Amino acid sequence: MDAMAAIKQTFFQECEEQLAELESGLLAMEGGDSDSETVNAVFRAVHSVKGGAGAFSLDDLVRFAHVFETALDHVRAGKLEPTPDVLKVLLRAADVLADLVRAARDGGSVDESRSQKLADELRALNPGAAAEPEDDLSGLEFQPVHATFDFDDDEPPPAPSDNVFTIKFKPKPSLYAKANETALILRELGELGHTETSCDISDLPLLSELDPEGAYLAWTIRLTTPQNEDAVRDVFDFVSWDCDLEIINESAPPGPGGGSLDDELAALLASVQSPEVDAPEMPEAAPEPMAPKTFAPSVVEPVERAPQAKPAAAAAKSGGEAEAKAAPTIRVDLDRVDRLIDLVGELVINQAMLAQRVTEAGVARASSIVIGLDELEQLTREIQDSVMAIRAQPVKSVFQRMPRLVRELAAMTGKSVRLISEGEGTEVDKTVIERLTDPLTHMIRNAIDHGLEKPETRLAAGKPEEGTVRLSALHRSGRIVIEISDDGAGINRPRVKQIAIDKGLIPADAQLTDEEIDNLIFLPGFSTASEISDISGRGVGMDVVKRSIQALGGRISISSRPGKGSTFTMSLPLTLAVLDGMVVTVADQTLIVPLTAIVETLQPKSGEVHGMGGTARVISIRNKFTPLIDIGRELGYRSGATDPLASVVILVETEGGGRSAFLVDAIQGQRQVVIKSLEANYRHVPGIAAATILGDGRVALILDVDAVLANTQADTPQGVSEAA
Amino acid sequence: MTKTILTVDDSRTMRDMLLLTLSDAGYRVIQAEDGVHGLEVLAGETPDVIVTDINMPRLDGFGFIEKVRHDANYRAVPILVLTTESDAEKKDRARRAGATGWIVKPFDPTKLVAAVRRVAA
Repeated sequence: MDAMAAIKQTFFQECEEQLAELESGLLAMEGGDSDSETVNAVFRAVHSVKGGAGAFSLDDLVRFAHVFETALDHVRAGKLEPTPDVLKVLLRAADVLADLVRAARDGGSVDESRSQKLADELRALNPGAAAEPEDDLSGLEFQPVHATFDFDDDEPPPAPSDNVFTIKFKPKPSLYAKANETALILRELGELGHTETSCDISDLPLLSELDPEGAYLAWTIRLTTPQNEDAVRDVFDFVSWDCDLEIINESAPPGPGGGSLDDELAALLASVQSPEVDAPEMPEAAPEPMAPKTFAPSVVEPVERAPQAKPAAAAAKSGGEAEAKAAPTIRVDLDRVDRLIDLVGELVINQAMLAQRVTEAGVARASSIVIGLDELEQLTREIQDSVMAIRAQPVKSVFQRMPRLVRELAAMTGKSVRLISEGEGTEVDKTVIERLTDPLTHMIRNAIDHGLEKPETRLAAGKPEEGTVRLSALHRSGRIVIEISDDGAGINRPRVKQIAIDKGLIPADAQLTDEEIDNLIFLPGFSTASEISDISGRGVGMDVVKRSIQALGGRISISSRPGKGSTFTMSLPLTLAVLDGMVVTVADQTLIVPLTAIVETLQPKSGEVHGMGGTARVISIRNKFTPLIDIGRELGYRSGATDPLASVVILVETEGGGRSAFLVDAIQGQRQVVIKSLEANYRHVPGIAAATILGDGRVALILDVDAVLANTQADTPQGVSEAA
Repeated sequence: MTKTILTVDDSRTMRDMLLLTLSDAGYRVIQAEDGVHGLEVLAGETPDVIVTDINMPRLDGFGFIEKVRHDANYRAVPILVLTTESDAEKKDRARRAGATGWIVKPFDPTKLVAAVRRVAA
């Protein structure tokens, strides 16, 4: 059943949303939010999961959700105080619920004992606990409970012979006020079997005294049906409060078919009468004949059922419209968006080509063609921005996975940890978000496992017992910057250096700055299984984190202060599809330097460039020496040295804040370029991030500023950038 | 004539299920996401039956029913309450708010359609 499968998918999507809502609500409550709407939202989230799970018979999920919901209901009703201890249980219950949802979705299994344990803990929270072992079953009840009548559930199945009931039914005005309808009840009784109905109008007042909303009629129905009394009472389920009702089972001890002659006669009468679908229109408005009136049994086939396909389609359509009006969002296949992005990319390239052709044709700058082209360029850029915005998503989806991780790690390490998330609404391309989870997870693990001290150590150091891990995201100059900081001990530099020496990563006599020592942890081979605990382990080192960030066109840097903590800063492009770049010429090649890395451009004057021994040179910019990197030579376009005075210097800044000066031959201009992966189409080239297609149809390489710098740092004397 | 049913539920899953079940049964279905939205939809539509959830943001089912019952245009529209609670208390509260009847979740298609039919003239 396709439609149901699709709905099930929707259900799991919705579950994820509800789980997120649940967690953030519980966290807000933990932070002291006592707003009733927060509690309600938390309750609703679990309630929704339970409701949907029931529809798909996910019994484990329903059972747990029900216990959870019951506890939350007590909180909601003010019967259970949301103390920090209670919230801890609730938060862990949320984790278990998430596990159960995912197990139901992916077909995996869950730790049965864990969910059982939490279910018990939840039950223990309930005021007047213990006495409700049956509680978790009532939610599974599929049958409506007949609350008003005590009924013997063990009643034998309906006797094969027909039962005869005499039903006395007198509606009250409240029945009509709730939009119930006597005619419909009579119709439904008629569907159970054969009915003879009489109406008592003796209470009917004169017209002048008649209250149009009053109820004056009483009905007596004699029903012959193979169904039992339950089924008959069920017909009155909705109205049992709003009427006087008496049901007498005349054939109580399985009688001899209760006057079959009468029945036959009635049936004969019924067949003679024309089937009246909506027999009594408004029973209380028009006095009914007093004579017994027979209802045609079971002729009331629903009109709306007849033509199936067409109305269904129409309904689906109108439903869709209502849906559109309801939510200002639509769900679109990612493929479609990506195709659109590709097309817009082509459009940008095409527009650039067109502009170039027009320039080559020598059209005057003020001509309408050029003006039109300018407008086209602006429009193209706007289209591109808008398309990119479709793919942008808040980082919340990644951030919200972290509280759970922190809770689990805190429990595992015996440390007390508080996670503060900031800037969850910061948007970035979906692909970037998806690939952020692993690095972030790993860094948070590191922060808690290696960064934060044990509570007793913290107290001894005069710090609060509870450690803080801060996760923040913000937009800065066209990139997203994500920071993970902890208030732990900071990087143990002597130890890090010793490890690096032991592993042969650096020479034993290496003179390193603090910053350089900190960066050692990013070296491949720095962390190995022998010295990382189970928590930070999993065979991933910071080098892998760094590589995956770099693969996204991002950079990562670290700053650490002993005793105060460490901060990891990641800077990532907002989109992986376009880039603002400066187009430069180097040895007849056209290269793109990402604009975000450029601080300034300048023309070196004589006396500013100094040799540093070998081929290394530095340039003095405003009394500060900066290493000068000859890009043509670095990339192997030429071997000889270029004359700096005939070149242009581009001052670039790395994410770590280090500056460097790139020497290029000339600047052609500034342009937005569409990024085409070099690795996907050719192979990885050191120092090159990607490629693009220029207006003239030629391929230009996009410079990877950090990679170029990292390359040169190996052969540039250390610490030059520190010199003042 | 095709009957129109307004469903009010904040859960997308439930809305989809209601839409599927009711349109398969030949009804025209219009949908709202919560009580407030339900009232907005009512401004432009006159459904034959309303099916509403209880636990919803902004305006819950009880509040929604009361508002509908106080509107002269819609007070006679049958309202079915959709609830996972099978206990008498919830039903009773819905009933006092003016609900015509109820459907206990999880519902199967026949049960839902039967309940709608029971109140739809």
